[in-house]
Amino acid sequence: MKALARLDLTDAATFPSRRVEEWKYSDLKRFLREAPELSGTAVVGAPGPFYDLGGDAIVFANGRPVGVKDYIASGDQTLRLRFISDATGTGHTASARIVARPGARLLLLETHEGKGSAYVAHNKVEIDVASDAEVTRIVLTDEPDDAISVAEAEVKLEAGGRYRQIIVATGAKLQRLETRLRHEAEGADARVDGIYLLGGSRHADLTSVIDHVGPNGTTSQLIKGVVRDEARGVFQGKILVQKGADDTDARMGHHGLITSERGEIDVKPELIIYADEVQCAHGATVGTLDESALFYMQQRGISADEARALLTQAFLIEVVDRIEHEGAREVVREWLTARL
Amino acid sequence: MLKINNLHVSVADKPILKGLTLDVPAGEVHAVMGPNGAGKSTLGYSLSGRPGYEVTDGSASWNGIDLLDIEPAERAAAGLFLSFQYPIEIPGVPAMTFIRTALNAQKRARGEDEVSAPAFLKLVKAASQSLKMDFDMLKRPLNVGFSGGEKKRMEILQMALLEPSLLILDETDSGLDIDALRIVADGVNAMRSPERSMLVITHYQRLLDYIKPDRVHVLAGGRIVASGGPELAHELEAEGYDKFLPEAA
Ligand SMILES: Nc1ncnc2c1ncn2[C@@H]1O[C@H](COP(=O)(O)OP(=O)(O)OP(=O)(O)O)[C@@H](O)[C@H]1O
Ligand SMILES: [Mg+2]
Repeated sequence: MKALARLDLTDAATFPSRRVEEWKYSDLKRFLREAPELSGTAVVGAPGPFYDLGGDAIVFANGRPVGVKDYIASGDQTLRLRFISDATGTGHTASARIVARPGARLLLLETHEGKGSAYVAHNKVEIDVASDAEVTRIVLTDEPDDAISVAEAEVKLEAGGRYRQIIVATGAKLQRLETRLRHEAEGADARVDGIYLLGGSRHADLTSVIDHVGPNGTTSQLIKGVVRDEARGVFQGKILVQKGADDTDARMGHHGLITSERGEIDVKPELIIYADEVQCAHGATVGTLDESALFYMQQRGISADEARALLTQAFLIEVVDRIEHEGAREVVREWLTARL
Repeated sequence: MLKINNLHVSVADKPILKGLTLDVPAGEVHAVMGPNGAGKSTLGYSLSGRPGYEVTDGSASWNGIDLLDIEPAERAAAGLFLSFQYPIEIPGVPAMTFIRTALNAQKRARGEDEVSAPAFLKLVKAASQSLKMDFDMLKRPLNVGFSGGEKKRMEILQMALLEPSLLILDETDSGLDIDALRIVADGVNAMRSPERSMLVITHYQRLLDYIKPDRVHVLAGGRIVASGGPELAHELEAEGYDKFLPEAA
């Protein structure tokens, strides 16, 4: 496999086109031919959806850190990581680094909050989960439909580390949320979930590469998505079980609903196994909303729009229910319900 | 009053109802009987606006409201309730949430106040008790994994809570055991009132011993081919539909 040059917004030569296998459903080059001009400063406005859960905050405004950009958790902590974009036609890059020390428990509440239009955002975060530490990462995106947004997370799990992730993507002109996770050592446990809910001509791409290096690790992945109108959802999930990563247990599921004639979902699951005694399974379905259920609901007085919203919510909520932290789960549930 | 005049309905371009005319005055219960495939369910679906049931001619109104001109949810808010021959499963939506959503949607459409969660809980508890239903069933996703008879009871429970004025019961008796049949019939009878009209579709005279109809109609070949008093149902039970089928005409 040809190695991919790291994306650099200042160098158009690093923008992948669909000829790059990993980007075949999300042709960045098509939407972005030249390096954008650098965004100016932005003001941090409203407090963001997770404000009520408190904790510490790392804030980037158009790529510029407002205060610290690195964070070390050593106890039971909550961190809001906010990537704020407020620009028109320009681009910016942000990178944050987060470490959970051995035994720490971190609730990482990440938001991609966009205003303005046609900006290009490139947000990166590195997360190190030390042995027996636990990180729960919840990502909500709310960006304009003409923005381009690429988020990259690089996660390392040490022995016995626990990682819980859910990304709720609402898309943009092109939105890609990539997660690269490595089970470095023995007995790590990862959950890498996601939801996409897309309307208009929005595009969201959830791509993940889970690499089992240490033995006895578990990965569980549940992705659910709904596309309306002419929107396009992409899920690429790769799980690699390296030689020596014996007794790995990896499960991946993707379920999509297309509720319009012109909506599209592209799914590419990959399981590559070099180790022994490995339990692996994946399942993928793409369907439509049940017409007879929609009619039944309308017959009882529920409007067509409300019926669709109710069925969509019922479909997606299974993923939200996997969030263990009750307060965060309720925020996500409300946030999602308001967008159905 | 329900007024259906010269109704023509096609499904997948195939004519099913071919000039059906029927009036059900307020306060009356009319039974509709007829052979399999005659178009009985088609009548219920087209009155309630199911997609795919194309009305090509004729009219249908309820208390002066042109049913065919409004959306299915608006028809429900106007009082129409169809108890499905085969109730649909709604995965992920608990029965109780579903019924409350429906009730409040109808109330909003009529400009009435919504029912609060505690008030609704009381209503549901009373209604499920009188239908001898296990209250825990209402916490499960609507109809998912319910037995045939349980689904039918759930239809009647919804009817009791939504309090419609025009009731179409499509083979509500099929799949019910003998006790359930009596309980369901009691539930339906409790709803009889001078403002309500009911259309009871059934294959069996037995249901009509419990729900006494004012009139009985025979639907065959997409039209009402005979009408009479309750004795017509007994006659059909004894003699079958032969003399009403096109070949015999
Ligand atoms: N999609 C379809 N394409 C063609 N014919 C259809 C379609 N749907 C229904 N029909 C036909 O319409 C006719 C009427 O069906 P309907 O369900 O109204 O009958 P019914 O009187 O309720 O019968 P039953 O007593 O068996 O319930 C049947 O012959 C059926 O096969
Ligand atoms: Mg039928």
